[in-house]
Amino acid sequence: MTPVKIIFEREFSSYFATPVAYIFIVIFLMLSGVFTFYIGQFFERGQADLSSFFNFIPWLYLVLIPAVSMRLWSEERRSGTIEMLMTLPIATWHIVLGKFLAAWVFVGLALLLTFPLWVTVNYLGSPDNGVILGAYIGAWLMSGGFLAVGSCISAMTKNQIIAFILTLVACFILVVSGFPIVQDSFSGWAPLWLVDGLSNLSFLTHFNAISRGVIDFRDAVYFLVVIATWLYATSLVIEMKKAD
Amino acid sequence: MISVSNLSKSFGDFCAVNDISFSVQAGEVLGFLGPNGAGKSTTMKMLTGFLAPTSGSIDVMGISLAQDPVSVQQQIGYLPEGAPSYADMTVEASLRFVAKVRGFRGAELDQRVESVVRRVALEKVLNKRIETLSKGFRRRLGLAQAILHDPKVLVLDEPTDGLDPNQKHQVRELIRNLSQDKIVIVSTHILEEVSAVCSRAMILADGKILFDGTPDALAATSDYHNSVLVKLVGSNESLLQDLSALGCVERVEVLDDGHLKVLSKEKNSILSEVNQVLHRLGCQVEELHVEQGKLDDVFRILTSVVEVG
Repeated sequence: MTPVKIIFEREFSSYFATPVAYIFIVIFLMLSGVFTFYIGQFFERGQADLSSFFNFIPWLYLVLIPAVSMRLWSEERRSGTIEMLMTLPIATWHIVLGKFLAAWVFVGLALLLTFPLWVTVNYLGSPDNGVILGAYIGAWLMSGGFLAVGSCISAMTKNQIIAFILTLVACFILVVSGFPIVQDSFSGWAPLWLVDGLSNLSFLTHFNAISRGVIDFRDAVYFLVVIATWLYATSLVIEMKKAD
Repeated sequence: MISVSNLSKSFGDFCAVNDISFSVQAGEVLGFLGPNGAGKSTTMKMLTGFLAPTSGSIDVMGISLAQDPVSVQQQIGYLPEGAPSYADMTVEASLRFVAKVRGFRGAELDQRVESVVRRVALEKVLNKRIETLSKGFRRRLGLAQAILHDPKVLVLDEPTDGLDPNQKHQVRELIRNLSQDKIVIVSTHILEEVSAVCSRAMILADGKILFDGTPDALAATSDYHNSVLVKLVGSNESLLQDLSALGCVERVEVLDDGHLKVLSKEKNSILSEVNQVLHRLGCQVEELHVEQGKLDDVFRILTSVVEVG
């Protein structure tokens, strides 16, 4: 595991070497505040929970995570550092995993920094903290799914903007496939297995299940499988395209 | 030892490296020469395991690159073309990163980084971010990353490109000092570099090996090898005729500035014959020397044949 750790450390510190990390965290926290208190009407609802925050987090991630994942590989390929990196004695999947984990932990850190919301809700009432913890874990797992998709798309192009837009579209599809509107438009005519399949593929379905406080083993496994699959795809894409 | 057999690499229809085979022994400094697009960089990328060959095999120190790339990469230090490195890291952080990947820890890591910094003279920029460095420093950092673990095989893609003459000299000195018991493979399109550092030269064009031998042997293929350059104080009409009449002389060229260039037929030394003629005619010689032939000429002749064909 040591090579993964070395790659992880380099990547993680590189977020903080530029203003990228700070801007991301500030924007993420500001937007989560806006969503929770204004759009989510935290106070007006008068309920001691954080569902007004967690209802919006898939959408927040949809926009912000591609901004983190877009540089994972595009930047290496554009600047040519990939040649230096991939001729060091490290296996490709170690690099893929190390880079992914750095991004995942970074996004997790931003998520942890929303703790004032948790403090607030505990100050105002007595929420079910088990549910909140579950939702946090679910949100982090979901962010891993987004990042793994973004990692693979970033490996496909040298252009960060293209990586951003394609990741956003791919993640959008993965989120909305579980949305009631999409489900309804299929349920009239499509066979049940297709409707269920679509719903099961959706990040939203599994995230909602976890964030209700029911940590079903299968929902967690779903995200881990999604992450593993997309990371495997990333290493295939890298092997194919690294020298282009 | 490195042995390369029947190595080819194609990108779609384009064949960048076309069935080349060679081997390199420890202690050799091999210079890859060739016009742009000849396949030098592609060959180096395959040697270092960055690119997978379309066909053929590479063995480094008896280990197959295809089967165990990580073990081979441990033996190799590589400076990619343009010396890429992470722009947002400092020089020290970037060297420490490479040292860690190379498996050094604790005191040994500190000592390795420190000694390599001294060897390539990076002390002044140790805490600067790489994006603020000049081209020369970046190249030296790339070199530092490549030699940090004291590799048995060193692959340097255009190590002196974009450096000033002093820096070029330093890098060549470094390569010469390194090369005692190692394999060094250098690519360049500066021919003087080949005679300066290499013990063996290989000319590549269109993915094929056109020449493989010592730099001297390469120079010897020149028409001008062992030619004699003569300049007289005055002029002597019969000199040109008498020189041309010598059996060992291929032809005599008259250069624009009045120099006579006497080409050897067998490419062996003709200085004494030429000297006899000069004595006989009682010429007053201002300048007289033997030329080894310019590598540039050889290079042009060898590589342009391919372009025509």
